[in-house]
Amino acid sequence: MKRAKPFVPAFYIVFLMLPIYWLLNMSFKTTNEILGSFTLWPNNFTLENYTTIFTDPTWYNGYIDSLTYVGINTVISVTVALPAAYAFSRYRFMGDKHLFFWLLTNRMAPPAVFALPFLQLYSEVGLFDTHIAVALAHALFNIPLAVWILEGFMSGVPKELDETAYVDGYSFPRFFIKIFIPAIIAGIGVAAFFCFMFSWVELLLAKTLTSVAAKPIAAVMTRTASTSGYELGLLAAAGSLTIIPGAFVIYFVRNYIAKGFALGRV
Amino acid sequence: MTGKFTNQKAWFLVLPVVVLVAFNALIPLMTVVNYSFQESFGNNIFFWEGTKWFEEVLHSDRFAASLGRQIVFTSIILAIEIPFGVAIALSMPRKGPWVSVCLVLMALPLLIPWNVVGAMWNIFALPDIGLLGKTLNALGFDYDYTQQPISAWFTVILMDVWHWTSLVVLLSFAGLSSIPEAYYQAAKIDGASSWAVIRYIELPKMKRVLIIAFLLRFMDSFMIYTEPFVLTGGGPGNATTFLSIDLVKVALGQFDLGPAGAISLIYFLIILLTCWLFYTLAMKDEAQ
Repeated sequence: MKRAKPFVPAFYIVFLMLPIYWLLNMSFKTTNEILGSFTLWPNNFTLENYTTIFTDPTWYNGYIDSLTYVGINTVISVTVALPAAYAFSRYRFMGDKHLFFWLLTNRMAPPAVFALPFLQLYSEVGLFDTHIAVALAHALFNIPLAVWILEGFMSGVPKELDETAYVDGYSFPRFFIKIFIPAIIAGIGVAAFFCFMFSWVELLLAKTLTSVAAKPIAAVMTRTASTSGYELGLLAAAGSLTIIPGAFVIYFVRNYIAKGFALGRV
Repeated sequence: MTGKFTNQKAWFLVLPVVVLVAFNALIPLMTVVNYSFQESFGNNIFFWEGTKWFEEVLHSDRFAASLGRQIVFTSIILAIEIPFGVAIALSMPRKGPWVSVCLVLMALPLLIPWNVVGAMWNIFALPDIGLLGKTLNALGFDYDYTQQPISAWFTVILMDVWHWTSLVVLLSFAGLSSIPEAYYQAAKIDGASSWAVIRYIELPKMKRVLIIAFLLRFMDSFMIYTEPFVLTGGGPGNATTFLSIDLVKVALGQFDLGPAGAISLIYFLIILLTCWLFYTLAMKDEAQ
């Protein structure tokens, strides 16, 4: 394409990387160097902040807790969304359009509106401060998301595939698992990626629904920032580590990422 | 929608989703509705109050102020991120090894937990030890986002542009990639200028994804909580107290359940109505 102007995206990427660089820079500095001087790179390079995180259970348990509820949420959301998305993409049934729209409205609900009712609801059913509570709460916006993404991908699969399989004598569950799921495996990957991502980045609900046993890493960070003085280096190291899971999963879906953000509808 | 056949048994396939989402959406929503019409003095004893809380909220200066700030913020965000994102997508290479590199790097900010985004910009913008703050002050600007409302707004907006413009870029790019090469060849044969190519081929083809981009950016910026909360805590004063921050203060801070319920319902309705209105208008245009 002759109109490609590589310097525009290049500038933009530099702009994106600057704050991330600054966070990494801080994470390799000692608290004294951070507060005492302004340096563009660490003069007394130290791994002390990272050592603290990997040896102190309150820190590394935060990561384990976060990854646990994010994992549970991803599995639940994708599993229940698969048959639903199939129904929406293949059949017409009573109230289907209303149902689809109602699911959509849950993506528009501000988490701040749900924070207090969720706290009461999950305390009432005895799930407060468990991984499953956060996983279920995040399902509020992740299930609709997974349904749309999967529906988008499934609509791209010709109906002849289903019909041929039924003619060949496949039952619905066998067809679904043996033939259909392999055909939309990319879509499942993308849906899982987005569930992972939106559960990983959300903090308000995760923080409200947990106190000790299932505290997400994000909440550990906020509490550290307010209690143990101003340990910027430690905070920066913890922040840098939270970027890794995202960067890791994004690599696997790089070819589908744009389609996924368009909710499978490009 | 063609080629679908009616099958009421499809409800069984949808049932798990309906049960889970209903548990999560309807029960809390009913709680909110309950609170918004009642008065509580603790011990779970409630008195019917009718529309008192709604009238109180709609007449309060505090709600009007945070709603006003929210509308200004969302308008600025949309006015910057949509054109900026489209421009970047248009100037990106369409094929080759650099595409993946660009997309992965650009998507990175979208995958950082929101409180880390706030903390990162907090460190980045501090006037004494942050790169941005230090640079601006060295250039002669009097910049301190912890003290001056203007600086705080500048920082919150720049942070959001940093955080979310990539979403618009990715969506626009997906729209552009779906344009067949033949369209460009036809334009070339007709001697179309590059502006004409943008105006008559690329923008119309991007319309669908741009509607999605606009809707997503509207909803998410209207619900913004964590990033400004971590960055400025809503301050200095109340300068960056947006709707969600105010609502959490009322609901979880002061435990004023009645007003919190009323604010919640009004808040949710504003988002629903705006999305519906925008979508209807955008699609009506499509049909013509």
